Amino acid sequence: MIEFAFCIIAIVLVGSALAVVLVRDIFRAALLLIMCFFAVAALYITLNADFLAAVQVLVYAGAVGILLIFAVLLTRDLRQGSPFGRINKPALLLALLVLATIIGVVVATDWNNVSTVSQAVEVPIDEATTSSIAEALFSQDGGFVLPFEIASVLLLAALIGAVVLVRSKEKD
Amino acid sequence: MSLGLEHYLILSAILFCIGLYGALAKRNAVVILMCIEIMLNAVNIAMVAFSRYLVPDVVVLTGHVFAIFIMTVAAAEAAVGLAIIITIYRNRRDVDVEQADSMKG
Repeated sequence: MIEFAFCIIAIVLVGSALAVVLVRDIFRAALLLIMCFFAVAALYITLNADFLAAVQVLVYAGAVGILLIFAVLLTRDLRQGSPFGRINKPALLLALLVLATIIGVVVATDWNNVSTVSQAVEVPIDEATTSSIAEALFSQDGGFVLPFEIASVLLLAALIGAVVLVRSKEKD
Repeated sequence: MSLGLEHYLILSAILFCIGLYGALAKRNAVVILMCIEIMLNAVNIAMVAFSRYLVPDVVVLTGHVFAIFIMTVAAAEAAVGLAIIITIYRNRRDVDVEQADSMKG
């Protein structure tokens, strides 16, 4: 059952991601990208990551998707579509090379003999992960409190930076 | 077929390379930003797949925490990147990255 779901999600995901790259109209590319984000959220559900699936829908499909559509609409009077540049063929070659390398490494590695950190927070696969993610983020030993604070400062800096960049210059 | 870590990692690799190809080959800056988002999503899939399958019958949550931080940085990056693209568009009436070469020297 879950294999069937994985196959459908994988086809939708790869198809919509390819369409984002290949389609000519930017607005359609943005809508296909949002479909791609939803497919990733579905993939998280097959991986027992319920909280991340919700965050994926909220942050990516909601916030980032709307932001990209705004950018498409603000630059819409250029009727150039999304053409390929001069380095189209070398880029395709490089991407295929990277793909072959990663798949070769993934297939050649024996993933059963990988050791893990013993102090990491673990939950059984049939339980909700939300409260345990809070524990993993904020526990006293091995938590991520400092990165969390730095991330909040980063978000504030990005907020102010974006406002300063797009503010109109006529007022001052 | 039983679903394993390799399937998710290969799907993630395919998605990453689609994003890489698009980010390198496209000329429209907005589409390049979309392709970078695809690449970040591919990495997130790999993170979550590792946290699910590396230890059998248990979910190690460190991968989830990393994925949350990647999402945070991706949201900040999208906001600042689109602000830069809109500023370039205002000044040059164009979002073609091959035309925006005034710092080339």
